[in-house]
Amino acid sequence: MQGFAQEFTMAMGLILSGDPELWAIVLLSLRVSLMAVLIAAAIGMPMGAALAVGRFPGRRVAIVLLNALMGLPPVVVGLMVYLMLSRSGPLGVLELLYTPTAMIVAQVVLVTPIIAALTRQTVEMLDAEYAEQLRSLGVSRLASVPTLLWDGRVALLTALLAGFGRAIAEVGAVIMVGGNINHVTRVMTTTIALETSKGNLALALALGTILIGIAIGVTGTVSLLGARNGQQEMRHA
Amino acid sequence: MRDLPILESHDRPFLRAEDLVITRNGRRLLDVADLALGGTGPTLFLGPNGAGKSLLLRCLHGLIVADRGRVTQDGQPIGAEQRRRQAMVFQTPVLLRRSVAANLDYVLKRRGLARGARRARIAGLLEEGGLSGKDRQAARSLSGGEAQRLAILRALACDPEILFLDEPTSALDPAATQDIETMILRAARRGTRIVMITHDIGQARRLAHDIVLMQGGTVAESGPAHDFFDDPQSQAGRRFLAGGLVL
Ligand SMILES: Nc1ncnc2c1ncn2[C@@H]1O[C@H](COP(=O)(O)OP(=O)(O)O)[C@@H](O)[C@H]1O
Ligand SMILES: [Mg+2]
Repeated sequence: MQGFAQEFTMAMGLILSGDPELWAIVLLSLRVSLMAVLIAAAIGMPMGAALAVGRFPGRRVAIVLLNALMGLPPVVVGLMVYLMLSRSGPLGVLELLYTPTAMIVAQVVLVTPIIAALTRQTVEMLDAEYAEQLRSLGVSRLASVPTLLWDGRVALLTALLAGFGRAIAEVGAVIMVGGNINHVTRVMTTTIALETSKGNLALALALGTILIGIAIGVTGTVSLLGARNGQQEMRHA
Repeated sequence: MRDLPILESHDRPFLRAEDLVITRNGRRLLDVADLALGGTGPTLFLGPNGAGKSLLLRCLHGLIVADRGRVTQDGQPIGAEQRRRQAMVFQTPVLLRRSVAANLDYVLKRRGLARGARRARIAGLLEEGGLSGKDRQAARSLSGGEAQRLAILRALACDPEILFLDEPTSALDPAATQDIETMILRAARRGTRIVMITHDIGQARRLAHDIVLMQGGTVAESGPAHDFFDDPQSQAGRRFLAGGLVL
């Protein structure tokens, strides 16, 4: 126990002293995951909305597939992206393997199905309620999409945050395609895994603490958004 | 409503349904040979549950297309252009997850009104519906009566020629019902054709200029309200007014 207390004190020291190595890793993590979520949103939201309001053959199959993709094992995603980006792979010429870009690609693959599936659910639920009324107001099916997205904004933001949470906490895929190279592709999760195995618990603990802080921040934001949505909600006794 | 100027009640129909048939699972849900709605006073649809009133209203508004037959407004089949001149209020108000004012702004913006004009119109509408001061409240936190008032205001915002209402007061208490009836009568006086479903005979007596009684997907009887209430012509009408079940 003595050892743990000591490590923990050192970990807090790293955080509070603004240790440059630690914060570089944190910043890279945030950069990679935020970028991944932005790209995933740009792909997943239109995809989810199209599946919700569109009527085309193969739609049901696409929805089942999408829901299945939500649970993709990260290591499988890592393997797929690795094969795509490796020297002999179809995208090998881009030389992206073991770069932050490769990690972004892997996280985009992981997060897009989550955002698309949650968007589909949200928009479809709202559409069931709004469709007749919007048609009555002269809004075409296509023109109703922005309305549905806007009115589902809280749920959609929650979906983005869920995607971000998944991206930043993920380790399997990014370690395979990023390689966990010091000062280049080391993010919080991969560093924690490595440093723990090396016995450098202070850095691992410091990063773990920050990761938990981010998780709490994300969850807190989600529940705050939910509360704000009810606006002047009554206080319960 | 009896003192409204009556413009040759049934001579020039503004809405006409001919030979409308909807069949599902071998059941004829709707079978309307020829129904013409005319006159300036409200037309109220009566009839037991499942009589096809809501289906017919949806056909008249062009929300659904019957298997057979046609609906015309001033001689034109119902399309997007006709629907622009109509509005519909549903039994359960469907309000956008936005503020009260934003629900009104939504339709006004679609009609291309400038910002200043929209703001003035919204203030006027809220005043009319007794919702002044609630403009920034979330629409979905309104009470049932307030929500239905807002739905009616939104329907009236674009000055429709025809306003359809599907049992707008069925979930409301007497006071809230009266507020809604007042709004409907005011719209009627301004020249909006009211086409409304109710299951409340008292309400039909208060509002109707004309009555359409439906039963089993067909029109059992239609005509001026005072004729219907004084001396119903069909057996269904007599039974309905006697408070018996119409089967
Ligand atoms: N989409 C549908 N598919 C099959 N039956 C329907 C559908 N919509 C309505 N019906 C049936 O049509 C009949 C008339 O319904 P409706 O017009 O809602 O009656 P009401 O007069 O009470 O408004 C009911 O028996 C109802 O079950
Ligand atoms: Mg009905």
